[in-house]
Amino acid sequence: MNLGWLPFEWIVAIRFLREGRLQTLFILGAVAIGVGVIVFMSALLAGLQSNFIRRVLSAQSHIQLVPSPEAPRPVLRDDASSLQAMQGSMIQAPLQRVRSIDQWQSIAAQIRAMPEVLVVASVAGGSALAVRGSASRSISIAGIDPADYFRIVDMSDKIVRGTSRLSATEMLIGTELAADLGLGVGDKLRVSAASGAAITLSVAGIMDLGNKGANQRVTYVALHSAQSLFGLPGGVTSLEVTVRDVYAAQTIAQRITRLTGVQADSWITSSAQFFAAVSAQTLANRAIRFFVALSVAFGIASVLAVSIVQKSREIGILRAMGISRGQIMRVFLLQGGLLGLGGSVLGCLIGAAALVAWQGYVRNADGTPLFALDFDPALFATALVLACITGIGAAYAPSLRAARLDPVVAIRG
Amino acid sequence: MRRLCGLLGWTRWWQFVDEGSIEGAGQSVDPGAPVVVQLDGVRKAFNLGTPIETEVLHGIDLILPRGQFCAVMGPSGSGKSTLLNIVGLLDRPTSGRLLICGEDTTVLDDRALTRLRGLSIGFVFQYHHLISAFTAIENVMMPMLGAAHFPNPKMRERAASLLADVELSPWADTPVNQLSGGQQQRVALARALVMNPALLLADEPTGNLDSRSADAVFALLRRFNREQQMSVLFVTHNGLLAERCDRTIRVVDGVIGV
Repeated sequence: MNLGWLPFEWIVAIRFLREGRLQTLFILGAVAIGVGVIVFMSALLAGLQSNFIRRVLSAQSHIQLVPSPEAPRPVLRDDASSLQAMQGSMIQAPLQRVRSIDQWQSIAAQIRAMPEVLVVASVAGGSALAVRGSASRSISIAGIDPADYFRIVDMSDKIVRGTSRLSATEMLIGTELAADLGLGVGDKLRVSAASGAAITLSVAGIMDLGNKGANQRVTYVALHSAQSLFGLPGGVTSLEVTVRDVYAAQTIAQRITRLTGVQADSWITSSAQFFAAVSAQTLANRAIRFFVALSVAFGIASVLAVSIVQKSREIGILRAMGISRGQIMRVFLLQGGLLGLGGSVLGCLIGAAALVAWQGYVRNADGTPLFALDFDPALFATALVLACITGIGAAYAPSLRAARLDPVVAIRG
Repeated sequence: MRRLCGLLGWTRWWQFVDEGSIEGAGQSVDPGAPVVVQLDGVRKAFNLGTPIETEVLHGIDLILPRGQFCAVMGPSGSGKSTLLNIVGLLDRPTSGRLLICGEDTTVLDDRALTRLRGLSIGFVFQYHHLISAFTAIENVMMPMLGAAHFPNPKMRERAASLLADVELSPWADTPVNQLSGGQQQRVALARALVMNPALLLADEPTGNLDSRSADAVFALLRRFNREQQMSVLFVTHNGLLAERCDRTIRVVDGVIGV
């Protein structure tokens, strides 16, 4: 039998672990299950969250720039009598008209120049009435440039009939509106704005946005058509922005507001409840991982504590033959680290196998995966490193105890 | 980086250049010193400062010259083992001085004592205290490995040579728990001798052996004592074995009697 090339502490640590084979196997199993649960849960929840976020954000932009709401302005002079008159007056909130963002082209260019930004799309939107024969429905019209906007809202998997290409006389409507008004691809629909302006458009495509309300109301037309319908020649009512890091949207929105002076709302504020749910889920996941890691640490510590009691005579004799306290301590710290490493390698395999099984067995009705799971190498690497650190940390107290053993007492047993 | 290496036991990795060196073996103290052990008024009390304070050794004076084989006898509880623990640097005296090969150990810190113990003192106990996770030859190599940190072929050669001396070569690669009691004690003896210590402390090493094995172990001790001029303190209850030693001291109630 060869001792190989490892240092003294490694040789003794490995032999001690090998000698207590059953004990080592049990604790390796416990660490592996703990790490497997952490890996599986982390990947599952990360996949789930990114799926939620992808679904939510595939139908909306990450940041929306809108004109500041109109505020009441005093028209009286700034003197004492005017102030007295104002104090006694009622202030009526002004009507929020459909307005364009001033200088939107230069603002859009400024935002496009930001490295964090992926796409900037201009939208001229408002409410209108869709009329067909004796039936009418109130709808929301978004006038868009399809080349830009459909990079934000991917229409490829939403169009159920027709096409997403839009000309100046065409529109896209939802499945519910199409059903309500008995519309098919190529049918004409008259659309009237509140101002009385009206245009007649033909249905280019029918889309399913995955939400009944949205399918009843949301329609898309070409930007120029909306601008003429709402009386906004060359104007846009909002700029839609997507960014590389969806979680940085709020910070970027604040920067855009500072940079351009236009109000920018991120999806984090506009979908605050959804974001809170995602955050709560993340927090719960962290708490579960922490407690699993804690139980793994206690498992390692208890096994090493038992091992030290079992090996106290051997520790004593090692001390008698000139092995230092530091060397003894390192022997047990290494055992903790090795248990963490070995267990985490097994745990990563278990976690990966569970993820593969999940993908294989848990599927949508059409046989497609429920959602894409992310086999992130960083997750496995982190699990390995953290398990080793946890193992060494858990071994610290037992190791200190072993190092402090009085050799006389230990040898006497 | 050095601290991390230290934590992982790799402190001396970059120092491990000379593959053949067994660091400091037998070099901790002057190997030619005429007196190996000198105790001046050594006292040892337990539970100091408590109502149950007990003094076990009451001012022991002892000189053990180089190469002397000294039997230590006395009834149970007389303080023989405590004396051996103090001489073996496993325990510290409450007062008095202990010199090993002329070096005053009472002023040394734990690290220096550990190093001195590892390089200059060998132990054999009544129970062999071999490490069951290792084979016979690996147990013999253990003190060298602890001192040098990395195994090397010369360690194996030295351990094999000692196992041959104690007639255990065929069992070199046998796990120690598969050896008989006498064989285990001979492995323990080889382990105690592997660092070529100036002093061997044997605490009833034949106490658990049958008379034939006891004779064999004693003969080996005597042989190494003569060949290597190694001093031996040999605790025994066996008067016949004590008679075969150079000198016999009796410890009675914590003092050395005549």
